[in-house]
Amino acid sequence: MSSELQAKYRYHPLSIVLHWVLGIALVSIFCFGVYMADLPFSPSRLKLFNWHKWAGISILALSGLRLLWRVTHPAPPLPPAIEQAMPAWQLKVHHATHIALYALFFVVPLVGWAYTSAAGFPVVLFGQFPLPDLIGPDKALAALIKPWHQISAFGLALLVMLHIAAALKHQLIDRDGLLKRMSLRG
Amino acid sequence: MTLTSSIALLTVSAAALSFSGAALAQQKLIPAQSSIGFVTKQMGVPLEGYFKKFDGQISFDTAKPDTAKIAFSIDTGSATLGAPESDAELPKAAWFNVAKFPQASFQSSSVKSLGGGKYQVSGKLTIKGNSKDVEIPVALTQANGVTSASGQFAIKRLVFKIGEGEWADTSMVADDVQVKFKLAVSGMGKL
Repeated sequence: MSSELQAKYRYHPLSIVLHWVLGIALVSIFCFGVYMADLPFSPSRLKLFNWHKWAGISILALSGLRLLWRVTHPAPPLPPAIEQAMPAWQLKVHHATHIALYALFFVVPLVGWAYTSAAGFPVVLFGQFPLPDLIGPDKALAALIKPWHQISAFGLALLVMLHIAAALKHQLIDRDGLLKRMSLRG
Repeated sequence: MTLTSSIALLTVSAAALSFSGAALAQQKLIPAQSSIGFVTKQMGVPLEGYFKKFDGQISFDTAKPDTAKIAFSIDTGSATLGAPESDAELPKAAWFNVAKFPQASFQSSSVKSLGGGKYQVSGKLTIKGNSKDVEIPVALTQANGVTSASGQFAIKRLVFKIGEGEWADTSMVADDVQVKFKLAVSGMGKL
């Protein structure tokens, strides 16, 4: 397999930057969320919860930009040799995973935002900019929504792991150079 | 004097008697229709709470507001922010220290009429054993024999040591607290 990948099979440089920035951000905020969830009540717990909300809203906004960019700048085709080497089910899973990833980029933060709105703690971005409540304060509804932020976040984490596992399979087992499509080093 | 005119006179004097009687009597707070709440900010996020239990002694002659005496006691253990995890913290020593200071109190020292149903009530507010003079603007309105007194004023929570130790950090929980109240009082004379 050639070590050079033709430019037409590579993602747009901005897509590549958004991919890695958001990839790192998502892994970080996920670990952050798992860590803070069980902290005892304290100023640092409240501080971390606010930071988590600010980060989540920032990620949501960046994901919006990313989706817009993706819609206007479609993903490059798979290199033909790689596409032909992949069984049909892998191609299907490849597409489905990307669609599900994008869906969860929005579902996870929006459910979190809805939860904190319902719980009566509106998001004030960076402590400065009050954001509108997605739904009105309603404790019973908040209790119903709460588990779904966690469930959807773990779902996203599973998809990210699948995504990484597939990328590593292409890199280490197939050695087909697929990762170059997303490489920051051009 | 005809019979009708004497009955009319009697009615008028009875009404006058009952009116002045009401004005002089101790007024009564109707707790079920009253509320005392507070709002502060936690990293910019408004935090709203209220006290479930309080009582007041009000002696307020609308004709002579400067003789008015107003006293309130508020059960600090009845404070709620509406979330179980924060409500579990409020009674602790760092916050209201309910075990040692079960009640906060207000005692008026003077009441000034500002006209138009508005009054300035000065007095001493005591929370957690710390007292501070406060000026409270109060607006009175009346309907169906019930007088509604509402207003709000600002306090600094740290003056009263509400939120000590790690909670004294005002970048986490703001020092400014707005106290809002709406009190229903029966037996008050006409404004």
